[in-house]
Amino acid sequence: MTTSSRVIEHKRVAEISSTRKIIIGVVEILIGLLIYFAFAAKTAGDALTKFVMTPGGIDQGIMADWILPSKITLTILAVVSLVIGIYQVIKGFGKWTNLMVGISALSLIFAFLVWQAAGKQLNLAGMLSSAVLLAVPITLGAFSGILAERSGIINISIEGMMLMASMVAAIVGSVTKNPWLGLLGGILSSILLALILGVLSIKYKINQVISGTVINIFSAGMTAFISQKFLQHIQGLNNPKMFTRVPLPGLADIPLIGPILFNQNIFVYLMFVILIILQVALFQTRWGLRLRSVGEHPKAADTLGINVIRTRYMGVILSGLVAGIAGAFFTLGSVGRFDEGMTAGKGFIGLAAMIFGNWMPIGAIGAGMLFGFADAIGSKLSLLGSAIPPQFMAMAPYLITMIVLAGFIGKGQAPAAEGEPYEKE
Amino acid sequence: MSEQKKDLGQEILKEINQDHPKTEQARKPFLGKAAIPLLAIVTGLIIGALLIAITSQSVYAAFGESIGKGFTQAFSEIGTAYKALFTGAIGDPIRMINAVKGDDAKELRQAFNPFLESLVQSTPYIFAGLAVALGFRSGLFNIGVEGQLFIGAACATYVGYSITGLPAWIHMPLAFLAGALGGALWGFVPGFLKAKTGGHEVINTIMMNWIAFRLTEWLLSGPMTRPESGGMPISPIIQKTAEIPQFFPSPIRFHLGFFIALIVAYLIWWLLFKTTWGLNLRTVGTNPRAARYAGLSTAKSIMLAMSLSGALAGMAGAVQVLAVNRSMALGLSSGYGFDSIALALIGNTHPVGVVLASLLFGTLRNGATRMMVVSSIPIDIVDVVQAIILMFVAAPAIIRSIYHLRKPKQEEQQIFLSGWGGQS
Repeated sequence: MTTSSRVIEHKRVAEISSTRKIIIGVVEILIGLLIYFAFAAKTAGDALTKFVMTPGGIDQGIMADWILPSKITLTILAVVSLVIGIYQVIKGFGKWTNLMVGISALSLIFAFLVWQAAGKQLNLAGMLSSAVLLAVPITLGAFSGILAERSGIINISIEGMMLMASMVAAIVGSVTKNPWLGLLGGILSSILLALILGVLSIKYKINQVISGTVINIFSAGMTAFISQKFLQHIQGLNNPKMFTRVPLPGLADIPLIGPILFNQNIFVYLMFVILIILQVALFQTRWGLRLRSVGEHPKAADTLGINVIRTRYMGVILSGLVAGIAGAFFTLGSVGRFDEGMTAGKGFIGLAAMIFGNWMPIGAIGAGMLFGFADAIGSKLSLLGSAIPPQFMAMAPYLITMIVLAGFIGKGQAPAAEGEPYEKE
Repeated sequence: MSEQKKDLGQEILKEINQDHPKTEQARKPFLGKAAIPLLAIVTGLIIGALLIAITSQSVYAAFGESIGKGFTQAFSEIGTAYKALFTGAIGDPIRMINAVKGDDAKELRQAFNPFLESLVQSTPYIFAGLAVALGFRSGLFNIGVEGQLFIGAACATYVGYSITGLPAWIHMPLAFLAGALGGALWGFVPGFLKAKTGGHEVINTIMMNWIAFRLTEWLLSGPMTRPESGGMPISPIIQKTAEIPQFFPSPIRFHLGFFIALIVAYLIWWLLFKTTWGLNLRTVGTNPRAARYAGLSTAKSIMLAMSLSGALAGMAGAVQVLAVNRSMALGLSSGYGFDSIALALIGNTHPVGVVLASLLFGTLRNGATRMMVVSSIPIDIVDVVQAIILMFVAAPAIIRSIYHLRKPKQEEQQIFLSGWGGQS
């Protein structure tokens, strides 16, 4: 009975209801009006916006700066969003709806930047480059979530795993003076926590959200304890060698794209490699089919001879592995030292990115990039001396997450058996 | 349809039967339900002791000399630490006895101050723990207590310092209720989103937490800042009329808020177990499908429960500002939000259990402050111990296998929480 009703629900999700069609259109029109009245109308006619198109400190893949007439650009962006919105209300874009929502949202973001930087200059390429870097922990967190949840285990302890891994990576990296060993140490610590999560949720069948919370509290306490007890007194323990930029030969010379995507540290490349592996493994291999079947219908999978318990442990452990990479990013790829609570909710935002991306690796990276971009805007604008308090900009990713979860973009389909312990009969 | 009706009838019968577990409980052996939490606490403290020993450099140095010396050193360090924990939390027994024998009122108060301070520390835990417990009872996981607490504190602070000329018997309750209202609003939003869109409350409350932190940061350094603070994020001091009174002169901070917390705990118990509303809420929490068949509105129940849960969290923030700190700064909370989850579960999501667990946590944290001074053990060890206690309480099977306890005849009541999809 549940299976058939799920199929019906799925169909309903695929079709876009007429009220939703109109609501989306109205929002797009409002965005257009907002761009016009809040930004374009308030900009002086002769103001210019200068976007620097090469990140600072990079000498490969240089691109000429963009100098845009602020008011005209803003007006065009407003019109684009208005036209999309009006067409959406009258006829609707059908299956292109989400794409058009995306274009409208991008217009809003771009217009906001043009408006904020009117009469000034803004390093757009630098912002995009840091957005990619900021997206790394969120995207990897989302991948970690996908691996666990596709096998039917809710993992809300990605945050805790990342925090623990970031600390262990910093310590091991400092002691061995080798970032690779640091990364390995971080991954191992995270896998250990994943194993605990697995035992608690699979063997003892505790509610998975609660067992995840146990790990989150434990990690927060343990890392703070060790940090205060040792790291703050012994400098040699918290001074790891970081991964540096590695320009990929050839690719790094492409203007704009080269510096943003191909002249980064190893974590960015790892993110893309994992994306490809995950996308292929989940949907093109027998392994992926088995993992997904355990998450969707464990009883059926068991009947077909798949070891549900072992598959779930594998999913959780791989989830820990990826979360470990994400955690090591903080200390070895971004900051260069461990600070208490430095993951700052990125693991949870990663979960939101997973839901936003509809439990698909490719969707998760898209969502991760969006969140990374929102983060980057916040930090860049406070440098630009914006009138908007930096705290409000910092709220943006959280607000976006909530709006996304509220199903504005359309509701996704969670693995059916997720959160339910499996009991063999 | 008739099958559904039969199902409904059975469910309601089951629910009614669940409502009278007292007669059964009375026949249970000593400790009964409390055995698992108590053993979990003991085990947590033992693991905490191990942590103290294995992170101490002098213990390793002593082990280098001989194994016997190593153990002696380890035990003496654990002993010093836990003795400091005890005297910091309860008081020095000898001093307390002497003070009772003597007739110096000031010395008496000071000797009992550690104990009174533990009650002070427990007060916000009671509110916050009740908030999470109420959520669990209605099938909701409110991780947003921390944010609701901050917003509640901010609202209470604002009413506390900005309104002047009110008599204390109006101003104090008003400021306290403002805190509750702020928290309720912060809880209502994720409740509304859950009820109307199915957005999972776990993610939404966490997001609301971060929004609350940024918002209070902005409020305290902008609109609500203390003029003479010089840019420090701290609010003005509240009016005298808004203060929740402390019973003894400074430095003893024991205040009326503790008794307010106990009264609120009683009210929540009454609401949950003695009213129809509470029965509906618990039915939605334990069996949403049965609730829907019985014609209960899950959406309304979710929104109400989240708002009430948020209100309780807001009270936690309000009581800290109005009774203890008397102004608001960013360091208001020492992680009450996450601790309260452990509290609610250790207290078996029952108001009485929550109050007892809160007293334990408040005492632990108060004692840990002294332990930090004496043995330089970071206070965060309390979090580690709490996580371990929570793990054991959530997985009684582990505790049972450690202590060779028998399995209970009745299946333990599991907390029901839904997955991301929001369907059940």
